[in-house]
Parts: sequence; C-alpha cells; structure tokens
Amino acid sequence: MESLGLLFFVFVLAVFLGFELISKVPSQLHTPLMSGSNAISGITIVGALVVAGTMDNSALTTILGTLAVIFAMINVVGGYLVTDRMLGMFKHKDGGSR
Amino acid sequence: MNWQSRGFIELCYIVASVLFIFGLKMLGKPTTARRGNLVSSIGMLLAIVATLLYKDVVSYQWIIVGSVIGALAGGLAARSVKMTSMPEMVALFNGFGGLASLLVGWAEYHRQWVLNSSPPESPLFTIVAIFLTLLIGSVTFSGSLVAYAKLAEKISGKPILFKNQHLANGGLLLLLLLAGILLALKPGAGGIYLVLLLIIAMALALGVLSVIPIGGADMPVVISLLNSYSGMAACAAGFVIFNNVLIVAGALVGASGIILTKIMCKAMNRSLSNVLFSGFGSGEGAKSEGYKGEAKAISPEDCYLILEAAQSVVFIPGYGMAVAQAQHAVRELGELLEKNGAEVKYAIHPVAGRMPGHMNVLLAEANVPYEQLVVPEDVNPIMGRVDVAMVIGANDVVNPAAREDKNSPLYGMPIINVDQARTSIVLKRSLAAGFAGVDNPLFFKENNRMLFGDAKKSLQALVAEFKEQ
Repeated sequence: MESLGLLFFVFVLAVFLGFELISKVPSQLHTPLMSGSNAISGITIVGALVVAGTMDNSALTTILGTLAVIFAMINVVGGYLVTDRMLGMFKHKDGGSR
Repeated sequence: MNWQSRGFIELCYIVASVLFIFGLKMLGKPTTARRGNLVSSIGMLLAIVATLLYKDVVSYQWIIVGSVIGALAGGLAARSVKMTSMPEMVALFNGFGGLASLLVGWAEYHRQWVLNSSPPESPLFTIVAIFLTLLIGSVTFSGSLVAYAKLAEKISGKPILFKNQHLANGGLLLLLLLAGILLALKPGAGGIYLVLLLIIAMALALGVLSVIPIGGADMPVVISLLNSYSGMAACAAGFVIFNNVLIVAGALVGASGIILTKIMCKAMNRSLSNVLFSGFGSGEGAKSEGYKGEAKAISPEDCYLILEAAQSVVFIPGYGMAVAQAQHAVRELGELLEKNGAEVKYAIHPVAGRMPGHMNVLLAEANVPYEQLVVPEDVNPIMGRVDVAMVIGANDVVNPAAREDKNSPLYGMPIINVDQARTSIVLKRSLAAGFAGVDNPLFFKENNRMLFGDAKKSLQALVAEFKEQ
C-alpha cells in the first residue's frame, strides 16, 4: 500500500500547485483557460486506452472502453483546437497575432 | 533500453505532467497563452503515446476506431463552431470528459468482475475510487448536458424550480452515499452489480437536478464548477487505475476550475451556495421597487451627434451583444470614433455573458485589440471624465441599484458605474428588467438616453451616420 500513499502525496501537491498556477489570470483569458484546462481533463483518455486495448476482456469492457476513447478523444482534440482558435483571434493593436 | 518497461512509461508521464504544468502557467499570460496551449497538447500526445506502449495494451483495432471517430468529431466541432456558440461548445466538451471518466470507472469495475468470475475482490480503496469516479463523472456529464441545453436555448434558460427541490437533491445524495457504502463493504453480495448501475443512474439524475434550478446569467459559475468536476472525475479515475498523470492533470484542472468559480462568485458578490441553490432570477423574491421617472428615448441621428462630439467613449457589452451578434458592428463604430479623435475603450464585467471571458472572445473575434479591453476597477475611477458610456445588451452589471438600493437583490455586486459618465446611452429592445428580474434605475437617470431596437441594427445605423458625413 506504499504506492497508495504516494498517489495521495502527488494528489495533494498537484492541487496546491494548481491553485498557485491559476490564482492570477487576467479576465480576458478566462475562456481560453477554461477550455484549455477542459482539454487537459481529457487525460482520462489514458485510462480509456488501457481498457480498450487489453485483450482478456469481455465484450462489454471493450465496448465501454471504446466509447470512453471516443468521448475522451472528442474532449481532447476539440478542446485543444477550439482553444487555439480562440487564442489566435486575440490580437495586438499593431495587428500581430499571438 | 526496453521501451515497454514500466520505468520508461512512468518517465513519459512525468514529462507529460511537467508539460501540463508549464502549459497552464503559460495560458495565464496573454503573450504566451497560445504557446501554452500547444505545450499542454504536446504533453497530452506524449501521455497517449506512452500509454500505447503498455504491454497490456495488445489490441489496437478498437483504439484506432475510437480515436479516429473521436478526433474527427472533436476536430470538426472545434473548426465549425461559431464564436457566439462557444459557451455551449465548452459545456458539451466538458460533459464528454465526464462521460469518458464514468465509462472508464465502469469498465474497470466490469473488468475486475470478469477477471475474478465473481464480484471484484478488489481492495476497499479501489472500490471507493470507482464509486467516486462514477459519481463525479455522471454528475459532470448530465449536468453539462443540461448546461449545454440551456445555453443553446434547447430548453428555457430560466431556473426550473419545484417544491422540496433541496429535499429531493439531498435525499438523492444520501441514497448515493448509502449505495456507495454497500458497494464497498459488501462486494460479494448478490445483485451488487445492480447497485453499481443504480449508482450511475442516480448520479446522472443528481447532475440534472442540480443544474436545472440555475438561471442563464449564473451560467459562468456553473460552467466553471463543472469544469472543475471534470478534472476531479479524471483524478478519481487516476486513483482507480493507479496512474499518476491522471491524478496530476485532474487535480490541476480541478483546482483551476475552483479558482474560476470563486472569481465569478466574487464578481456577483454572491456565495457559491447562493448561486447553486437560490434559483436566483426566477422572479420569486426578487421584488423591485418600480423606479419612477421617464426614460428618454433617442434617435440614431441624435445619438450620432452626441458621439461625434465625444472625446472619450466606453462600450459596455453584455449578453445582448452576443444574442444580436453585434460584435462586428461595435468594432466598426469604435474604429470610426477613434478616427474621429475619441479615445475608445471596452469595459468588460467578469460575469457579462454566459461564460467567463465570453465578451473578450467575441470582441477578439471582431478584431478589437485587447489593449482596449479594460476591467471595471480600471474604468470606474475615471468614469466621471468619460463623455459617453454606451451599454450594449448589458443590464444587471450596470445597475446602480447595486450601489444605492439596500433592498435590491443586486445590492453589493460590483458594477460598472456608467451612471457617473457625462452621458450614458443604453442600447436595448425595451425597458424590461434584466436577468435578475430587477428594474434598472439607470434608465430613468437625467443623463441617460435609451436607443431602442435591435443592438446590431442600431449600431449599423450609427455607423452609416458616421460614413455619410
């Protein structure tokens, strides 16, 4: 059960890191931040891939896994692309895009 | 080196986590935001590739099928979505993330069930983690779908209330917890799989019930909160499959969502529980004073004369600008005013629109340089020197009752003080109350003028006036 303690340790540190990272974000970036972090929450794709790719499964596990891959992938690809599209529109006065 | 070794995969996960952290940090600054998003997507790619190296992962056909379908659907949606529809798109993506976590939790339970050819003899901890994944994932999924439907106006944006609503939600949550305890303590009991399915069904119902009483203008809070939930669901799934990268990424998203939620609540001077449970804007309890006075209407021609003489103009956009798709017309008028020698700014309230930063995205789409976008704290101190404050489809965020009337439900909410500008002009269809159901005394002030009609048409009329001269 050592690894369990380690998981909790990582979890707590990550939560604090998250609070520190985001505490000061200008309001103009609120939407991109939200959709960008939303894409990160698609990390559950990792779990979906393992479930969908393991062989000794029943049919139901494979079905659930494949569905999970589909929806996580929509979340990941859609989330990153839409964030990039939004940020591409934020412009300088001189017309340069960031 | 053995590429399939556990150590190498773990190393990839650590690098991916670091990339997520840097990506999020860079997303917080305008100059680096776009690169930050790219950095975080590279982290995601790395995590996906590393996962495919697992020696347990042997069958790729379903992975390929799922990935292709998902990537195509996500990519297509992201390309084609209109900027005005961004809030519902974000809600939908968010819901899918929750659904994916839910499916992973269920699949993992089922896998262990099949493996042991009996109820899972998993450690208590794993069952608890599975329960949390199912609970949070389901609430995120169904809650986001309701938010999507409200934002896309597939259902009414008004709060849906019924008798004993809190009692029903509380009872449902209690039942869920009881079922969770049963699942964890009696893993071998007959019909325990049914309990698992019941948990999913009840959690889905809870998600629906907790979002329907929340009104349209409170959506920025709800979306931020659901965003946080989707991270927590991924985090819980990480505990199910003992995977660090899920825990780190999920916790980061969970924390960032909480912070955004707090910022939104603060901008409305309301507590989170007030937003979630009060059914604000349902008309009940929101008693308005019925402000007396005469609202002075103005024609586009007269409005043009005021604007033509103005040295400084501040636009205050709101949800009405998004509805009227008026962002391009606003930008065009702003440019003409600048050419005319006026200083033009756009004052954006944090909760204007239907999601955090909604107005910023729309104005960015219309090519407004972001240096011209200012926050209320910056514009309020100089409002007395502003010649014209032009309110485009905003209402509650400019309601002086929030400052003056202690009995108003809005009292205490930080607003943009347009009533202190030399002249304020409100573009609006009618004198109807805002989302909060509160009359706006701004309309009856001495220095206020109402430009009635569709915001886009009114703005285009003003643009035409400028061009004629």
